[in-house]
Amino acid sequence: MYVAVKGGERAIDNAHAWLAEERRGDPGVAELSVDQIREQLRLAVNRVMAEGSLYDPDLAALAIKQARGDLIEAVFLIRAYRTTLPRLGHSRPVDSAAMACIRRISATFKDAPGGQVLGPTFDYTHRLLDFKLLAEGAVPAAPASAATPGPVPHITGFLNRDGMIETDAPDETTPPDLTREPMELPASRQLRLQALTRGDEGFVLSMAYSTQRGYGRTHAFVGELRIGTVAVEMDIPELGFAVEIGEVELTECETVNQFKGSKSEPPQFTRGYGLVFGQSERKAIAMSLVDRALRWKELGEDFNGAPAQDEEFVLMHADNIQATGFLEHIKLPHYVDFQAELELVRRMRAEAMQMQEAAE
Amino acid sequence: MTPEALTGGFADAPVQAARAFRAALDALSRPGVIHTVAGATPPAPLSVAAGVLLLTLADATTPVHLAGDHDCPALRDWITFHTGAPLVDAPSAAFAIGRWGALAPLSRFAIGTPDYPDRSATLIVEVDDLSATGAHLAGPGIKDHAHLSLPEVAAFRANRALFPQGCDFYLTCADRLAGLPRSTIVEAC
Amino acid sequence: MSNPASTAVGDTAARRDWMGLLARARPDQLAVLMPETPAHAFLRPPEVGAVMVRGRVGATGAPFNLGEMTITRCTLRLECGAVGHAHVQGRDKAHATRAAIIDALMQTDAAADLRARVLDPLARAETDRRQARAEKAAATKVEFFTMVRGEDK
Repeated sequence: MYVAVKGGERAIDNAHAWLAEERRGDPGVAELSVDQIREQLRLAVNRVMAEGSLYDPDLAALAIKQARGDLIEAVFLIRAYRTTLPRLGHSRPVDSAAMACIRRISATFKDAPGGQVLGPTFDYTHRLLDFKLLAEGAVPAAPASAATPGPVPHITGFLNRDGMIETDAPDETTPPDLTREPMELPASRQLRLQALTRGDEGFVLSMAYSTQRGYGRTHAFVGELRIGTVAVEMDIPELGFAVEIGEVELTECETVNQFKGSKSEPPQFTRGYGLVFGQSERKAIAMSLVDRALRWKELGEDFNGAPAQDEEFVLMHADNIQATGFLEHIKLPHYVDFQAELELVRRMRAEAMQMQEAAE
Repeated sequence: MTPEALTGGFADAPVQAARAFRAALDALSRPGVIHTVAGATPPAPLSVAAGVLLLTLADATTPVHLAGDHDCPALRDWITFHTGAPLVDAPSAAFAIGRWGALAPLSRFAIGTPDYPDRSATLIVEVDDLSATGAHLAGPGIKDHAHLSLPEVAAFRANRALFPQGCDFYLTCADRLAGLPRSTIVEAC
Repeated sequence: MSNPASTAVGDTAARRDWMGLLARARPDQLAVLMPETPAHAFLRPPEVGAVMVRGRVGATGAPFNLGEMTITRCTLRLECGAVGHAHVQGRDKAHATRAAIIDALMQTDAAADLRARVLDPLARAETDRRQARAEKAAATKVEFFTMVRGEDK
């Protein structure tokens, strides 16, 4: 129960003023610009766009600045902002096979046509702090090799030729949208993917890790991980044709999972799928593992009671804005609830003491 | 899309839509009170008032049904360009627009479900004459009683009997509109 | 729905190309290339909104909702009567207005001049940007010693 309490207005105003001052930090240190955040903290910007579910690097950078680097708070700001925007339509499904890749690797095929392209990755760094970054300095240009930009085929496509891997048949049904209709369970795979791609990276990562440790094991390999930009196309009714309305950077992960077969399906490889805004490869890999774990029912696998197999558990707890809202609300005034509990405990104590005295 | 389809929208959408929304809200809150609205110049046969209602209330998430003469290319294009609303058959409509005869029978339209009575259609009825005379109105939002020139009485009585399910209505004539929610009790005068 | 304006231009593909190029253009770069804004009347004033971007399950299957992106759209008419549309990425109303003006002008006699002065430089800048990234990516391609090329066609 909540009661309206007056009297905090001045305190709140002053708290906001101090918050602004603390956000700015030492005025002797140059102020951080939104451009700097967008360019130099790009992975944080990507995470805020993915979990905020709105692709706009400038807004995400602004949210990070305003939130003092608290990324969940920044996601909250983006989610709040996006509710003010009219929905002008939906895009055609993006074609990830036409992606201009800056990174494309496979853990299953060394000699994948198109090659393994590492891109700007942390993978082979030694995770040693680079004290040179303490000083500002120009970064030398990265080497370049001859290249013709163009699409590269999906690696898992090569397994299709022998029918060794399940394929997702094209389909043009209108997908459910959890930003418009409350999520209803059981959820379709489309709805699950929407919930996972905007879900908290830490939560999705932990769920995925739990499957690797045996809670809903799916024997996943990364068939292909690719990062790059894709065009976004939308049908414009007044034109009568589709035009590109922009381009977005995406990370896509396809896992290849061993599958023993079921009554209806022969043994083959199955897939998990992850697609996330920005360069977010940990999230994309995790998403594809969780997607695969949640598919146990349609593939006729056993439910082992693993959290990552439990659709209700995963989908209802993946959203960090819902989670933080409910979690943090318990710090707000609950004076009446607590007063009631206080009365109850006092009464119980009194009764217990009376009984004790009577017994003595 | 015809060039005419691209004209006739709100010039200053935030302000005009806010004013129109207030009029639409007041009209349903005070059944029988007639409001004058402005800002839309839709192609014939849509009235200004019905055009304003569509620009204000319809978007890509509200399927619209055009009945009778209102189902014409010029109007279809105008609604598509200015609101993005999908054009659908009567049972799927969130909004339906037409003359009274073209909208009948009302049983074609969604009346909501017992759990979700709001999942019902709102009908925009284009009339030749709109005045505070004729049928007797009573119920929520009406002090004592009101009168409104309705095309008939029986259909609105039948709709009232479905409460809390049922359709809601706007009557539009040129730049004027009135509301008739499902909660209003209609009787012949 | 047919569009008399676009059939007058004759080539839908060309119009798609320039609209896409304008949508992706950097607003500041476009403003430098096209500083002037000829007189126009808005048919749909610049409006910032969101478009739901969709992906496909497993890259090839049913569509799903990936998340929204910001766009700004605008429709206007020049004094000569040409109508221009724009749907551009981001929240820059001046960008959308300029893109719609160029879309309208591209349907007039000014097309050749505009192509040389605005669209070609934009396309070159975009190609250069893409080429530079592709070349950097190519430099990170792994060359396995045991690798046999060409066996997979």
